[in-house]
Amino acid sequence: MSEVLDKPEVQKIYIDARGPRFSATITAIVLATALVTHNVWVLIAQGLVFLIGATRGPQFTPYGLIFKNLVKPRLKKEAPTEDVRPPKFAQAVGLLFALVGIFGALADRSLIFSVATAFALGAAFLNAAFNYCLGCEMYLLLVRTTTRRK
Amino acid sequence: MKTYLPLAVVLVLASAYGFWWKGTRGAIRSNKAIPGHRLSAAVLGEELGSRATMVQFSSAFCTPCRATHALLSQMVIPMEDVKHIHIDAESHLELVRTLDIRSTPTTLFINKDGIEVGRAAGTPKREQVLAALAAIN
Repeated sequence: MSEVLDKPEVQKIYIDARGPRFSATITAIVLATALVTHNVWVLIAQGLVFLIGATRGPQFTPYGLIFKNLVKPRLKKEAPTEDVRPPKFAQAVGLLFALVGIFGALADRSLIFSVATAFALGAAFLNAAFNYCLGCEMYLLLVRTTTRRK
Repeated sequence: MKTYLPLAVVLVLASAYGFWWKGTRGAIRSNKAIPGHRLSAAVLGEELGSRATMVQFSSAFCTPCRATHALLSQMVIPMEDVKHIHIDAESHLELVRTLDIRSTPTTLFINKDGIEVGRAAGTPKREQVLAALAAIN
């Protein structure tokens, strides 16, 4: 019963597993800047990065491209690969928080901006510092609570 | 207006949670088992091992699920009385709710009667798995 791992779309795309963690580090710094300066433009810029990561994939974001072109060539060790979907899911969650934060700023609710940015920052920081897997912890709970019991 | 207080709060809370999370991943804990619930071949879709079975719940958005699957499926090869059953959590939501599976990968250690004796969230270490299996008769 390994239908999850055997699904062709899961087996299809593999990326360097170090890329998303590198991107999470930059994301955390950008979100920290947004939180400290209360500058909505910083959050909008990060929101665009999340949008690319959630739709096209984390390897196509500016941070992913920096990793691919500048960081990866300097790494010597063999690259561990991972399925693209877990980091893609994390980017979608980040996008959701960014949208809430941007909405908060536009509606002049600075608390909403701060809380949403704080959550996005917390997730990015956990990913960067602890290799936290957002999809592992959140996805099943999300499905469990959003689908009805039969 | 610049303020560093929210940033400090986020970093402290996230670090505390991160250390807790890191420390509990992979640990096989008997107190998390659902008491009295019996898993059968009919529910799992495969025969149980004659002594013990490791039932692994995985999902698509989960990187360590793959590593856990590789470890456990490789470990049971020389074991005649232990089986590794892999379940897609998303397509077994009723079972996931009954067993209160919250994150993936979660691996249940069950005895020959289908009673859970412990579970591990995250990828367990080889020695932890061996110890847990040795405790099941």
